[in-house]
Amino acid sequence: MSRKIDIVCVSGTREKLQMAAMIASVAAATGDTVTVFFSMNALTYFIKGRTAEAPAEGELGTLLANKEGVPPFKQLFKQAAELGDAKLLPCSMALDLLKITKNDLDPEFGPPTGLTRFLSDAEGGQLLTF
Amino acid sequence: MSQEKVVDARNTFCPGPLMELISNMKQASIGDVIELLSTDEGSGNDVPEWVNKIGHELVSSQNIDGVWHIKIRKVK
Repeated sequence: MSRKIDIVCVSGTREKLQMAAMIASVAAATGDTVTVFFSMNALTYFIKGRTAEAPAEGELGTLLANKEGVPPFKQLFKQAAELGDAKLLPCSMALDLLKITKNDLDPEFGPPTGLTRFLSDAEGGQLLTF
Repeated sequence: MSQEKVVDARNTFCPGPLMELISNMKQASIGDVIELLSTDEGSGNDVPEWVNKIGHELVSSQNIDGVWHIKIRKVK
């Protein structure tokens, strides 16, 4: 049976972005209905032209960064959208603070979304926060 | 005519092998068999679980010298 999974990405650290991306990609590709809401520092990695690496929180983050064969979180989020129809939604407040629009983000991103809308769409599903 | 294809995902970490399999599965035709090669230990459990959930057919799964060889037939 298809589940509904809503993920909130807030932290800009490597471990949290990686874990969120792993869950989003596997769940979406397994037929779950996945929505990822990006706000705060997590959103900044998806601004076109930015190449900043997400800092590691600890040992595992450093291993993730240095090991070949670890799928990068941006690739996993993209696969979640392309292979599993996951919705990637930018927080409208974060876009306002950054003074950018949806067009400044990677093309996989959906429309700017406010909290009221996100919370009402997320009702009844499983909500995970990173 | 159904085809057999090998997807070599050795030396990639979870969920790399599964995502490789899924993207190849999307492009395959019904009846095609994909053999996934993976050195990720979790693949031995995770890939059959995915195959079962989606409803494809697990043809065989074995670990040879630390490499998982998992054959899946696309059913739908």
